[in-house]
Amino acid sequence: MCQCCAEKKDIYLPELATVMDAKAMNVTERYLRLAMDDGPFDFVPGQFVEVSVAGIGEAPITISSSPTQNGGFELVVRKVGNVTKAIHNLNKGDKLGIRGPLGDGMYPVDEAKGKNVVFICGGIGLVPQRSFVNYVLDNRDDYGEVTILQGTKEYDQRLFTDEVAAWDKRDDVQMLETIDLPDKRWKSNVGVVTKLIPMIKSELKSAVVLVCGPPVMYKFVLMSLEEHEVPHENIFLNLERKMKCGVGKCGHCQINSTYTCMDGPVFRYSDLATMPEAI
Amino acid sequence: MSVKKIAKKDFVEFVETLIRKERVFGVQAKGDRFDFAPLESAQDLRLDYDVTLQPPKKFFQPPAEVLMTFEVGGGYQSQYDDEPFVLLGVHPYDMVAINQMDELFSQDNYDTHYMTRRNNATIVACDVAKPSENVFASSMGTAVVKSGYDVLLTDIGDSYVCEAATEKGEKLMAAAKKAVPADDAALKSREAVWAKNKKGLNRHELKCDPAYLPKLLAKAYKHPVWEERAKTCFSCGSCNQVCPTCYCFNVQDDVNWDMKTGKRERAWDGCLLDGFTKVAGEHEFRKQRADRFRHRIYRKGMYVPEKIGGQIACVGCGRCVAACLPDIANPVAVYNRLIDDLGIG
Repeated sequence: MCQCCAEKKDIYLPELATVMDAKAMNVTERYLRLAMDDGPFDFVPGQFVEVSVAGIGEAPITISSSPTQNGGFELVVRKVGNVTKAIHNLNKGDKLGIRGPLGDGMYPVDEAKGKNVVFICGGIGLVPQRSFVNYVLDNRDDYGEVTILQGTKEYDQRLFTDEVAAWDKRDDVQMLETIDLPDKRWKSNVGVVTKLIPMIKSELKSAVVLVCGPPVMYKFVLMSLEEHEVPHENIFLNLERKMKCGVGKCGHCQINSTYTCMDGPVFRYSDLATMPEAI
Repeated sequence: MSVKKIAKKDFVEFVETLIRKERVFGVQAKGDRFDFAPLESAQDLRLDYDVTLQPPKKFFQPPAEVLMTFEVGGGYQSQYDDEPFVLLGVHPYDMVAINQMDELFSQDNYDTHYMTRRNNATIVACDVAKPSENVFASSMGTAVVKSGYDVLLTDIGDSYVCEAATEKGEKLMAAAKKAVPADDAALKSREAVWAKNKKGLNRHELKCDPAYLPKLLAKAYKHPVWEERAKTCFSCGSCNQVCPTCYCFNVQDDVNWDMKTGKRERAWDGCLLDGFTKVAGEHEFRKQRADRFRHRIYRKGMYVPEKIGGQIACVGCGRCVAACLPDIANPVAVYNRLIDDLGIG
């Protein structure tokens, strides 16, 4: 390496982390709690990490735990590709590589203070949102009314059911859940997540609204929020793209001129006006 | 820094001494075309070439390179290619492209892999002696170059004017014992070459100042030209591969035969290729060929310029024009079509 580069760190080099805890959440999702082998790990809700399994590759995963909680950080990984399949084979004590936290587009933890906060989650969209949900609940007095909407396709795909039940029990949280294709075990709302929006008790117009779910969900949620006159500046969307390098070089995650890995993955809706490829 | 003159026969001798001392890559004939390759004899160097098949970007961002090695279940170790080398015969438009790449790889997150190679390179640029079939550098303002190189050569007939622009360049030229300070006549001849190239490297003429392109594209997003041209696109990525300012890459792991160690490599990728934006769950964000075709033109004329102070990331080398089988890649044809339809201003 040349002298000038020797002083700089290799932006592609993962650092080692250890799996502190791992368990299957259902057939496709696996929960992992990790701790970096060297030094602390500071992040803001909404940021992601590049997870390396040596010999298989790297995948971007948003952190699911809140920085207010001690003892490492948590990921939930859906088995969909080579890397995520390999992550599913990891158990307590195993090593993996981590780069991050990455992404300057985080949840508006400060901006939302004093305001009503509404989380709209579709399926696995709960996983990244959970970081900010728990951050808000750990700093409950700083925020206004808290509403969490969760839409899931099938009963067995529900995630963090104990935590969701605990949120539901709280007096200072309105927790609404729906299932699109329910079976006999489900006794509550049926349909897609947009059905829950009219049921929100707190004032929506002035609320900060966080949306995360599959790409198809965004269009319909945004239409509904438009009807409820939520200003675009108050809506934040978590966008999914192929964030290969995670540091703004490789080009895969580009949405028009914007790199999702650098300026996202959380975007303010009003900023997407100049990004026709976004939604 | 100094400007000298060296007779062509003495220059050959100088290159011979250089080859004996350093790792030298230079432009050579490859069939009836030209390409950069390891230089074994000064006689093989062809500074009268029109354009190389591949741009010199491969010396800084190779088609495939090892970023790091690893142990399965263990740590990662950065790997660097840090052997110094001399690159002989970079045309001005390619030099401009290298300057842009330098900025892109060093800004925000400093890429030590690219920059190590770049810092180890001594670049000898040379003014164009023979325009290629599809060059449009004059239209893009890249027919001559003022920075980035260590030495700039200009063919003025029986000799070269050699300008050493950096310490590295001075050191390199110190070996040219027979070079003499350039006289006024030589400098005037050089000016004449520059003046000629500023107009003459223009086989495709852009109908506007390149600085206007971002504004032109700002109103062209829904224009039918994307669909029309992309209809015959093979999604082969040839335009990406030959482009001196395309730098998108993919990263892959490769396990060694011992199944215990391995390497992580990065390789060129292309935004025209199907699957470039595909994520888990088979969702693809630029699935249509027209979307990918438009993305390339917008990257060159609008998106990358936003990152490098407005410089247009098409340097007019014309390689994509030659490489594109259905003949749809020519950026000038696209821009001129937009100007015809949307006007200037």
